[in-house]
Amino acid sequence: MNDANNKWIGKRTIRPDGADKVTGQATFGADTTMPGMIWGKVLRSPHAHANIRSIDTSKAESLPGVKAVITSVDVTNYPLDKPVILGIQDMRWMTRNVMAREKALFHGHPVAAVAATSQKIADQACKLIEVDYEVLPWVVEIDDAIKSDAPILHEFIEFEGKPSNIAGTLEHKKGDVQTGFEEADVIVERSFTTRPVHQGYIEPHACLVSVSADGRTTIWSSSQGQFMVRAMTSMLTDIPQSSIRAIPAEIGGGFGGKTIVYLEPLATILSKKSGRPVKMVMSREEVMRASGPTSGSKSTVKMGIKKDGSIVAAQGTYYLQAGGLPGSPIRGAVGCAFAPYDIPNVHALGYDVVSNRSKVAAYRAPGAPIGAFAVECVIDEVSEAIGMDPLEVRLKNAAKEGTKAAHGPVYPRIGYYETVEAALSHPHREIPLGKLQGRGVASGFWFNAGGESSSQVNITEDGNVVVTTGHPDIGGSRASIANITAELLGIDYKRVSVLIGDTATIGYSNLTGGSRVLFASGMAVTDSTEKVIVSLKERAAKIWDIDPEAVDWEDGYARPAGANAGMFDPLSLEELAERATETGGPIGAGSQLNTAGAEGGFATHMCDVEVDVELGIVRIIRYTSFQDVGLAVHPSYVEGQMQGGAAQGIGWALNEEYIYDSEGKVDNPGFLDYRMPVCSDLPMLDTVMIEVPNPKHPQGVRGVGEVPLVPPLAAIRNAIYDALGIRFYGLPMSPPVVLEALEQREAAE
Amino acid sequence: MSKLHISTIINGEPEEFLCEPEETMLDVLRDRLSLTGSKEGCGSGDCGACSITVDGSLICSCLMLAAESEGKKIETIEGMSDGETLHPLQQKFLEEAALQCGICTPGMLVAAKALLDENPDPTETEVRFWLAGNLCRCTGYDKIVRAVLDTAQEIREIK
Repeated sequence: MNDANNKWIGKRTIRPDGADKVTGQATFGADTTMPGMIWGKVLRSPHAHANIRSIDTSKAESLPGVKAVITSVDVTNYPLDKPVILGIQDMRWMTRNVMAREKALFHGHPVAAVAATSQKIADQACKLIEVDYEVLPWVVEIDDAIKSDAPILHEFIEFEGKPSNIAGTLEHKKGDVQTGFEEADVIVERSFTTRPVHQGYIEPHACLVSVSADGRTTIWSSSQGQFMVRAMTSMLTDIPQSSIRAIPAEIGGGFGGKTIVYLEPLATILSKKSGRPVKMVMSREEVMRASGPTSGSKSTVKMGIKKDGSIVAAQGTYYLQAGGLPGSPIRGAVGCAFAPYDIPNVHALGYDVVSNRSKVAAYRAPGAPIGAFAVECVIDEVSEAIGMDPLEVRLKNAAKEGTKAAHGPVYPRIGYYETVEAALSHPHREIPLGKLQGRGVASGFWFNAGGESSSQVNITEDGNVVVTTGHPDIGGSRASIANITAELLGIDYKRVSVLIGDTATIGYSNLTGGSRVLFASGMAVTDSTEKVIVSLKERAAKIWDIDPEAVDWEDGYARPAGANAGMFDPLSLEELAERATETGGPIGAGSQLNTAGAEGGFATHMCDVEVDVELGIVRIIRYTSFQDVGLAVHPSYVEGQMQGGAAQGIGWALNEEYIYDSEGKVDNPGFLDYRMPVCSDLPMLDTVMIEVPNPKHPQGVRGVGEVPLVPPLAAIRNAIYDALGIRFYGLPMSPPVVLEALEQREAAE
Repeated sequence: MSKLHISTIINGEPEEFLCEPEETMLDVLRDRLSLTGSKEGCGSGDCGACSITVDGSLICSCLMLAAESEGKKIETIEGMSDGETLHPLQQKFLEEAALQCGICTPGMLVAAKALLDENPDPTETEVRFWLAGNLCRCTGYDKIVRAVLDTAQEIREIK
């Protein structure tokens, strides 16, 4: 579909929301006010682990200016013994995450919230709340949490018949690894660790909620899903969904971290109690202490390879931190780890481990970077052991159409092989490296997702187009939707306005997540637009008094389909819009779909580093991402996803980590000490988009947003080995870690 | 303590406001003057989303007390375009897709404009170090740096 004849699909159009975003007019979560608005604040636990014996809010309530105080008794309870599943979340955990119930499970866990006429008074009121804590022994690291004498967070969670911090497991098996390893010429087994990292969106969580006396609720918030906000808030407040209108603000980054609620239910209850609109905004410190991050992990991967380069067996065991409540992304880790390869014998096992940290939230391909890190490092080592180029090993073992993946599916046409081929023949590979420089490669996979999406395409009375979808636009999806609609209708893209509907104005649409938005909403919008075109043809047929089958739609005009249809002047979209009333009324169509066929996304990254051996700093000097993007509806925003993912991966690999102090408290809850890549840390990030269209999508779209974060960790680690001859087995490979490794080597020599 | 009365010039217009002594410039811009284009990403001067210029100098407005703006000339993102005409940087950011979510964009643009006002022909390295105080988590900075360099070239060619 992305051929030279396309007018808009594949073109770098100006995004519909662009002007607002470069002028400061775009309204994000914290940018709105309402008449009579007051401010909400959260009181957070000063302890990593404590029973909450009682909370006395009377002093706070009597402070002038305080309009409402809430605790967990005001939030709907879901008892511990029965799962209450919503999407991939369990509301038993969600209710305890937004407000501590029996226990405070981490430092920063909300225990109460206040609404007052000013932020200052709300802060003062929080200090007047008296919480009687019974401080408990706490545990933050995986190794400590799975010890037999570890403090247990949840007595009701059992593993192997007794209370445990292992809250769940997931296993994938294919073939028989035992037999597979017997066939191998070389077996390498290595263990790895990764640290928790935050999504790092620049916009803190924010919302503004107004509850009327009759319970009608308006929620303005920044999230990755207004329908998720509506459903979760409803379930945590007992206000029916029909009474809640959740309006999506512009979202200032999410990367998965805004796929759950933190503030919205609290602001709703505070608004209901106070009768005033309540605004809540997290500070950066609150974001770092109490939202996200993704899991830290420990893992062991064993691979067996033959001298000819075929990988015959692979085994991976992963432990992922869930935070204080169950739900780490073990599915992504064990499911994606080996997915780029056609390996006959695979065994992958994951453990979900709770500890006294904030509950993890999704982060771009949740779990997959952790899964891939260990595997891609070991592939580098087995390749070296048999003396074969690591890209050639990947090419030889590449999953293709028909490969059965260990996590279940048989792949349709996929483009993994092409990403490796492209890397092998790219000029990047030929650039000579200098002293203390090295080159590394790694690959990665992400499932991608389909699911529910709705759209409405309306023709305005003046013959232009308004498209409404239900997904917060996090990285330019409106631009792509405009391209698709304009292409199908054959009109200038500037005539297409694309909006994100709120929960009252568009049908249910699942999260902006899973790399699903353009795949699913593109399908829904295509369906709606095709219905509109059918209607336009019918109207032209009516005007001409011919059969609708005898009308073609081409370049924005209805035309008679050949000479037999009759000799009529073409009718433009404007003309048909003008005559809408006489031909049957308003022109528009909606679609509400449950989409399927998202199919996986694959990428291979190549990275050059230079190590400053005096300072221990690893600098990325060259970076190229090769990705099967299906079809790039808007190439700039596809490149943007590839570049942004690579940059986040660079941060994860080299600097980012949660550091805990001796009290179980995060010691670096700000951007100064939690070191994300800044502009001067990075080179240009080159991208090679490989288009292997998804056969199951009308435009060939594959999700592109998440897989770019999967390969970087190992690509960088492998590059550092090439530069220094030192293999690292833990992240981040930060200056102190690199220096220590260099010193150790010096001492050994 | 009673409120302070401050007279200042914001985006070329005289402006008066009352504020608490401890209020930051960012809070006054956003909460008292409805200029919400400047964003709070951290409140500690680390992310640059609240970048403004004060008498031509680039600063983080979260680190400045509002009372310090007395008699000063403040420029914010809201003053960057001239009605319907975007500043060349704004235009180039759109053309080259130098934004994804857009939360860092106002600060990034204010900072980039301050750079080009001072140095119309920056190298890539100079752009990268100048913008090192403006965090972007979406783009990996690639398209931002290109847009700034391309704008600089375009402005030089026009002149």
